[in-house]
Amino acid sequence: MTRRSHRRRGMVRSYTATGGRAIPSRATLDEATLLKADPKLPMAGLNAQSHRVMDLCRAGVLSVAEVAAHLQMPGAVTKVIVSALVDSGHLVAVAPFVPAAQKHDREFLKKVLRGLQSI
Amino acid sequence: MDSKASDRYVPAAARSVKILVLGPFAVGKTTYVRSVSEIRPMRTEERMTRAGELIDDLGDLREKTTTTVAMDFGRLTLAGDIVLYLFGAPGQPRFRGMVRSLMEGALGGLVLADTRRLDQSFEAIDLLEDARLPYTVAINTFDGAPAYGDAELRDALTLDPGTPLVLLDARDRASSVQGLVTLVSHILARPDLEPV
Repeated sequence: MTRRSHRRRGMVRSYTATGGRAIPSRATLDEATLLKADPKLPMAGLNAQSHRVMDLCRAGVLSVAEVAAHLQMPGAVTKVIVSALVDSGHLVAVAPFVPAAQKHDREFLKKVLRGLQSI
Repeated sequence: MDSKASDRYVPAAARSVKILVLGPFAVGKTTYVRSVSEIRPMRTEERMTRAGELIDDLGDLREKTTTTVAMDFGRLTLAGDIVLYLFGAPGQPRFRGMVRSLMEGALGGLVLADTRRLDQSFEAIDLLEDARLPYTVAINTFDGAPAYGDAELRDALTLDPGTPLVLLDARDRASSVQGLVTLVSHILARPDLEPV
């Protein structure tokens, strides 16, 4: 396995290994990572940008890219703000699915395929 | 977006997957994303500074400053709470760094090609092969563009026999979705996905 693919797999693995909870690092926050807000955590003390992100995410689940587009913020800025909100527990991040050599993953991909075929 | 809240959000239990749509300028990436997406395609601004990740490619260093680029993406909710995100990545070589970082966490890539300038899709194919991501090449059938047979196209694109090649019309939803069906079937056929 080459160095590059090793790194790629390593990033995803360490991320999913935490049960979908994001490691506090911008590098692991994907554009397609889904964000789920914890409604129990108070918003007091959050800065204005974080407030805007939480207002958007408390109403439903969205990806990092969608948060950036809705709030018209650059992707990199969005990732910094979202990373901090994941660290503080305001948001739970679920990384996009990447297949590994596991039967469970194969079943998931079959669901993706069936979903596309039924369109 | 001015859509209803129920249209804006994805299901609470959703799991996402990411697929990239790659290819040269004006090959139909934005059209493709628009055809497939259930939401009006959105755009984010990405800054192209990933210095350090790309030290293996010194040719890129000049470009790694503060350039920004707009990236189109769309969304498709499938049965079983699966949400597929499509990212149309810019094809110009100077955006290589951004495309590489976009490949992290992607299921695979769909490379769009135009028969009038097939060579311009090599860049995308090379990036996907470097990243060892599965991909499918889709000829976007432009009106008036020359039509070639499968063997000729494969030869011109120097495609591996195992790499799927399809024809589609990026303006047409069913035709475009077929490209994704081919790609996901190809991913499922990979030997490293067999149960261990």
